[in-house]
Amino acid sequence: MTLISARHLGKIYRTHSLVGASARKTVLQDISLTIGEGETVALLGRSGCGKSTLARLLVGLERPTSGEVLFHGKPVSRLDRAETKIFRREVQLVFQDSPSAVNARFTMREIIAEPLRHLTSMSEVEREGRVQELLRLVELPSEIAGRLPAQVSGGQLQRACIARALAVDPKLIILDEAVSNLDIHLQASALALLAQLQRESGVAYLFVTHDLRLVKRFAARCLVMEEGQIVEEIASADFDQVRHPASRLLQGAVLPPLPGVPCKGHPVSAKG
Amino acid sequence: MTSKTLSIEGLTATAVIDGQRQILVDDLSLTVQQGRVMALVGASGSGKSMTCSAALGVLPPGVVKTLGHVTIDGVTHDAAALRGRHVATIMQNPRSAFNPVRTMRDHADETSRALGIPVSGAGDRIEDCMRAAGLEDVKAILGLHAFEMSGGMLQRMMIALALLSEAPFLFADEPTTDLDLVVQLRVLELLEKLVEERGLGVLLVTHDMGVVARLADDVVVLDHGRLVERASVVDIFHKPRHAITRTLVSAHLSLYGMELSA
Repeated sequence: MTLISARHLGKIYRTHSLVGASARKTVLQDISLTIGEGETVALLGRSGCGKSTLARLLVGLERPTSGEVLFHGKPVSRLDRAETKIFRREVQLVFQDSPSAVNARFTMREIIAEPLRHLTSMSEVEREGRVQELLRLVELPSEIAGRLPAQVSGGQLQRACIARALAVDPKLIILDEAVSNLDIHLQASALALLAQLQRESGVAYLFVTHDLRLVKRFAARCLVMEEGQIVEEIASADFDQVRHPASRLLQGAVLPPLPGVPCKGHPVSAKG
Repeated sequence: MTSKTLSIEGLTATAVIDGQRQILVDDLSLTVQQGRVMALVGASGSGKSMTCSAALGVLPPGVVKTLGHVTIDGVTHDAAALRGRHVATIMQNPRSAFNPVRTMRDHADETSRALGIPVSGAGDRIEDCMRAAGLEDVKAILGLHAFEMSGGMLQRMMIALALLSEAPFLFADEPTTDLDLVVQLRVLELLEKLVEERGLGVLLVTHDMGVVARLADDVVVLDHGRLVERASVVDIFHKPRHAITRTLVSAHLSLYGMELSA
């Protein structure tokens, strides 16, 4: 069943200052996509292609200039109060830059409990229990709950952000380069964790990234963006057959798994 | 040109954290040869960047180098004498490495002055270096500020300034970590070309084993400031011995759906 979809989304940015409005900058053009329940879709593209803007539109952080986002088939702009609360609970976003995605004066406990305070009717005791459960889930030690963002490592903070997104049992998590900044062994364990959660709870993911290696491992279907448009859609398994130049450029930029192996990213045996 | 060798010998750096003395770099020794790429790998916080900073005498406040020295072909050099003259540096996040209110030309002039290159003729030299770093339309770029340039252009400009110094060695600290995948590939290709054509000796600090596979000849692995394995790049990927190395390589291979053999 379709969870969220976009119809002909467009976004134009325009800055205003004392000397007047700047030129209009078109960031997204005619974007249409659907994400079904329990599905993992990758959104692939180079820096500046509009991936993050699309993510922000899908969760309702910004409004499209044209087109609309539909949640369970209903335009987000026409959801009533109760439906908006459900939308906010069911669609969560994990940002790329975790230090700027948290309040620097909040402890880990407060950060993870924030959606619980706003979107559920849990008591304080229940919230604490849920926070501890989430910390275990993302493999963070429970004593970290009292620390501030500056007192934990970047990898730990990013896992706290993932825990925050998971807190209210969402149906869709949009991961905007959410693992790209982690150490490689943490990336692997974060992806394993997300895959396990999907098997257990049936959550859907929109995986926003420029790293094709992660796409192949993680997503069933892949959308390639270039200059604000979706230029190709392909099953991840068939990515070797991409045709659009933008997709081929990304494919060619994948680093080799082993020294001396050409960079085309075909899985080969590691036996040397 | 004979090939020079830079050796870091017995490097130790300590910091006082919460009243306790902590060893951040622990009796570390490694060598970088001209025309080769030595990769320094390890998890975040393993002391990779601190090793570069300690070798070049640019440690953050509160951290001190307690032991060790750097030699080039057996001759010990003071850290201040190494910087810029023997070792050029490029860093992660090139944007923060430039003065935001100065143009690229100002930065080039500053580098020339610091190195004692006469200003007459320096103009041609910086333009040559910029072209070698893969920048086009160099005259226009010299008039730009950092905010007017992309991350990839800025990293090329950093490399151009490094080339201007004609230092035989380059310390590259996560040089492509913040870059777009396509730009990353171009910068790695550029570094490879400079190693081959100009005989640059590179110490490449990275956490990305894909970058190591693409560029490195030799690898040293750090854990908690201590060197735990040193081997050729082929051996690191195919026959890793230490548990830390095995973790790094197998996590990297898992991104490709591959497993470590044996």
